Amino acid sequence: MVNLVKMILVSGRSLEQGLGKEASKFSKRYIDVTAVCQLDPEDMSRLSIGEGESLRISSQHGSIIVKAVKSKHAPHPGVIFMAYGPWVNNLTSPETHGTGMPSFKGLEVEVEPVKTAERS
Amino acid sequence: MEVFKNVLCPFCGCCCDDLEVEVDSNKIINVKNACALGRGKFLSIGEHRLLKPLVKVDGELVETDLEKAVEKTVEMIKNSSYPVFYGFGCASCEAIKLCLEMADLSGGLADNISVVCHGPTILGLQDMGIPSATLGQIRHRADLIVYWGCNPVEAHPRHTIRYGPLSSGRFVTGRKSRRMVVIDVRKTPTATMADVFMQVKPNSDFEILTALRALVNDLDLEVEEVDGVPVAKLEELADMMINAKFGALFFGLGLTMSYGKEHNIEAAIALVRDLNKKTKFVMIPMRGHFNVTGANEVFTWQTGYPFCVDFSMGYPRYNPGETSAVDVIARGECDLLFIIGADPCSHLPHYIVERLKNVKLVVLDPSITPTVKMADVAIPVAYVGIEASGTAYRMDGVPLQLRKVVDPPPGILSDVDVLNRIVRRLK
Ligand code: SF4
Repeated sequence: MVNLVKMILVSGRSLEQGLGKEASKFSKRYIDVTAVCQLDPEDMSRLSIGEGESLRISSQHGSIIVKAVKSKHAPHPGVIFMAYGPWVNNLTSPETHGTGMPSFKGLEVEVEPVKTAERS
Repeated sequence: MEVFKNVLCPFCGCCCDDLEVEVDSNKIINVKNACALGRGKFLSIGEHRLLKPLVKVDGELVETDLEKAVEKTVEMIKNSSYPVFYGFGCASCEAIKLCLEMADLSGGLADNISVVCHGPTILGLQDMGIPSATLGQIRHRADLIVYWGCNPVEAHPRHTIRYGPLSSGRFVTGRKSRRMVVIDVRKTPTATMADVFMQVKPNSDFEILTALRALVNDLDLEVEEVDGVPVAKLEELADMMINAKFGALFFGLGLTMSYGKEHNIEAAIALVRDLNKKTKFVMIPMRGHFNVTGANEVFTWQTGYPFCVDFSMGYPRYNPGETSAVDVIARGECDLLFIIGADPCSHLPHYIVERLKNVKLVVLDPSITPTVKMADVAIPVAYVGIEASGTAYRMDGVPLQLRKVVDPPPGILSDVDVLNRIVRRLK
């Protein structure tokens, strides 16, 4: 078991996120899909983290605690995915590299499990 | 009951124009032909609706009437030293034109949501040009469809059926006559449909595109693999592309948002240009919101530039990286953000949203969003394409008519009507 792993974060659209958005950005459906992180099953074992358990993701720009879920699109070891929304945007970079566009994909992050006591 | 046929879907850039909407007593009761996303939009317009104009008084949003909300908006724009007009992915071309007039009149900045999607595509095509086509040409002729850095099954659910590998064209008929390739960092639902799936590492697109260009130009790669992809696999793909009679590359945010941004697009355009020495190949960006392409079109007619247009010198100036809404907000230069057809508080990096705490916000939106909750003035508007008509541009640049199928709730005007009231008072 390891406690902290460097990974690459990719944010993007998903069908559920699109449906949740139309239901309302305050709906449980939207929150349930945007406040989770999809991980490769091997990475979940490496971090000793189970389905639905909390993990902390930190980037140069912020840190969030979200639920871990097993990715249905594995294998993609070392790559985590989150649907677009306010949670992942705590981590994304405002740097536009001269293009006018912030950086939403391919971000370096650190991922670690969160103990129950720490969460409360 | 009334049935409206050939209605355009105001959700994604596919702009499907074959929907059938059943309306009874001004209520949408059924939608045929749409995917789950389009259907969801038509059937949920009554939920979480912004029904009254709101203004912030002592930190609280309180209800007001339209006249007072318009008056307050005009006063805020007149008192602003540098207003930014932003959004437009879900607004009609007619509304976008009025916002550009406001930006011009007030010496502010106008920018659209291309800065969170295909801005780098625009930069790439300005440098290189783009070998393109309409979706109809692709449907009728393409025998090879490549999806790079996009997942249409989830983001543009009818794309593969109407225009892509599953579509039935005049000269190429159906899935058996077409090859399908997906290039992505994960094995998405779109990838599971493909004949060839090439999994790439995040941020490696530029290297992969450059290697493919070398192979298409008959150069040897003196390595075993490029960023984890075996050269044999790249050779297989290069051969498939060269041997296609008509190839189409659809690309998404996997290319524009990854490291390299516009350089990835330039490399993709260069690849398609090289392929055209040997066969016919075209490319189209997978635009997300139903009228973000229209925003680029209207910006270009009116100002000469497709996004990031600054009017502070009295004439349009364009320098993405300096004059994008994101850059201006990050530098703390904007004191008023006027938003229509977007929800920046959900979709911009938190660092930028934090800076909006020091900026006055005016929002025109049909529903209650996180941006509405942060607003100083929020004005409800009709859903364009459902409760108001207008013009939208499909992802391939084809203009189409948005239709009105029901009336908006009492007292709610279209965004064009609200904007006209504001513009009249600004003059
Ligand atoms: S694919 Fe896009 S435009 Fe077509 S019905 Fe679905 S959401 Fe609407």
